[in-house]
Amino acid sequence: MTDTASRPRRMRDLHCVLRLSETEAATMGDEEVAGEDQTMIINMGPQHPSTHGVLRLMLELQGEQVLRSKPIIGYLHTGMEKTGEQLTYLQGATNTTRMDYAASFFNELVFSMATERLLGIEPPPRAQWIRMLMCEMNRISSHLLFLATNGLDLGAVSMMLYGWRERDEVLSFFEQVTGLRMNHNYIRPGGVAVDLPDGWRDEVLRLLDYLPGRLDEYDVLMTGQPIWQERTQGIGVVTSDECFALGVTGPILRSTGVPWDLRRDMPYLFYDQVEFDVIVGSYGDCFDRYAIRLNEVRESIKIVRQILELMPDGDYRIQDKKVTPPPRARIDESMEALIHHFKIFTEGFKVPEGEVYVAIESARGELGCYLVSDGSSVPYRMRIRGPSFFNLQSLPHMLAGGLVADAVASISSVDPIMGEVDR
Amino acid sequence: MADVETTPEPEPQPEPETMHGALVQRTGGDVVLFPTRDDYCAVVEVLRGDGYDMILDVTAVDYLLHPGRALPEGVQRERFEVVTMLMSHERRERVRLRVQVPASDPRLPTLFNLFPGAEAAEREVFDMFGIVFDDHPDMTRILMPEDWDGHPLRKDYPVGRIPVEFKGAPGPR
Repeated sequence: MTDTASRPRRMRDLHCVLRLSETEAATMGDEEVAGEDQTMIINMGPQHPSTHGVLRLMLELQGEQVLRSKPIIGYLHTGMEKTGEQLTYLQGATNTTRMDYAASFFNELVFSMATERLLGIEPPPRAQWIRMLMCEMNRISSHLLFLATNGLDLGAVSMMLYGWRERDEVLSFFEQVTGLRMNHNYIRPGGVAVDLPDGWRDEVLRLLDYLPGRLDEYDVLMTGQPIWQERTQGIGVVTSDECFALGVTGPILRSTGVPWDLRRDMPYLFYDQVEFDVIVGSYGDCFDRYAIRLNEVRESIKIVRQILELMPDGDYRIQDKKVTPPPRARIDESMEALIHHFKIFTEGFKVPEGEVYVAIESARGELGCYLVSDGSSVPYRMRIRGPSFFNLQSLPHMLAGGLVADAVASISSVDPIMGEVDR
Repeated sequence: MADVETTPEPEPQPEPETMHGALVQRTGGDVVLFPTRDDYCAVVEVLRGDGYDMILDVTAVDYLLHPGRALPEGVQRERFEVVTMLMSHERRERVRLRVQVPASDPRLPTLFNLFPGAEAAEREVFDMFGIVFDDHPDMTRILMPEDWDGHPLRKDYPVGRIPVEFKGAPGPR
């Protein structure tokens, strides 16, 4: 075991993070500094084709080499946590789902799980399996988005369209189930919003049969290509010590060789009943992160095949009348059903006072929800621990000493989604 | 000797549970510690030595409008609470620390020297709640613009509705 006490000292000695406020940087630009060894502080972003959303990077350059850097965020901040304090628990999923907009089911899931923990209820088994199915399909679509953008950033322009094409097939499956391609508001406290449609098995099987061939094509296009390997191997290296010190989780942590995956190590839903491998890298570089995500798609395909076999029949949401709205048809027949429907959709259901932290393994790392309730029908405090927020802290360490062109590769390999960074 | 009737002794109160000097509450499977402001860094350091090798989150809650939360005996109730979450990968366990921070003096020592990953999270707590972390390397706003006034997630900060000019539309909630 490495010496935990010396880690932070080494982190500080690394001096990778440029701690300069915006006003300081602005005034520095006005000074005339002569000399060959002059370093330049330039901005990358927030509007930039390669910064994965509105990420601004302040880079201190010496020639082409990056010395120190600082990610500046907040350009997509829309006060979602404050909004979360105004919406009822039934509406809460519509808000949280838009944080990590590429992998939206995970946000809904973590919020619903936290609410259910406070309520002390457990959704029925079929609901849990449906949630697992949608989350794993969402992991596939999120990683396909990563493969597309990673390819484009490094020059494999056609990869962009291939990834998008595959992802769109998955999104059209989501549309059949939830009604929306993205930001579905499908996983709600108590279960899921509607049951899977007829013919869903055929649709999922069609996708599962079609995807592995395409993934092999990506192996030909990228994994084995010398240009790809030159551009990603040895670039953006992080060590497991750095990851532990910075709170970095997900594929980045796994690329350093640490086999930590919440689905395996702290299982939730029914992940302990399915077989899958946790993909681990060895060098902590961009190539490892690319390969991990590519293979995680294969593992998710494996999990979905098992879910197809193990999916039970039953209710798709808990029958507790206080939490679950009644089926629409019953509203015509029963006054009680009408009243329940009205109360749940206007005032919302009340959640007992308490606080809870629930975390799951999203496509980007540990996604957590810290929920504080005061006994009313809206959360008192809803905090979403977005993995990309903490993963971005590893960026200065990846960029230090590299070239600007490698910065593009590193940012892409971190795969940040600014929605969950800024909220 | 005559048998003297003695009043039964009151049941001894169970000792409040402490861990590393901080009061503990076990809620729904989670272990929550309540260190004081002065003990905060020391408790985190002991936990880190005990195998809690990653910081998951540092966040805060403003309890201004809360009707009343359950705190263990001996914890001084304040307006703000800073919540820190640590993870032990070896034991597969998380621990939560809730530190009470008064509104009159919203300061807390930083965890940056123990866990550099707390840097961005503490900046967000400062930005959203106005709690200053002493010895933090870069105590500036992270989400809001640098020159913003006010701390948005405080309960006395308005939600911010923009009135819309439509005939018959409801006004600000």
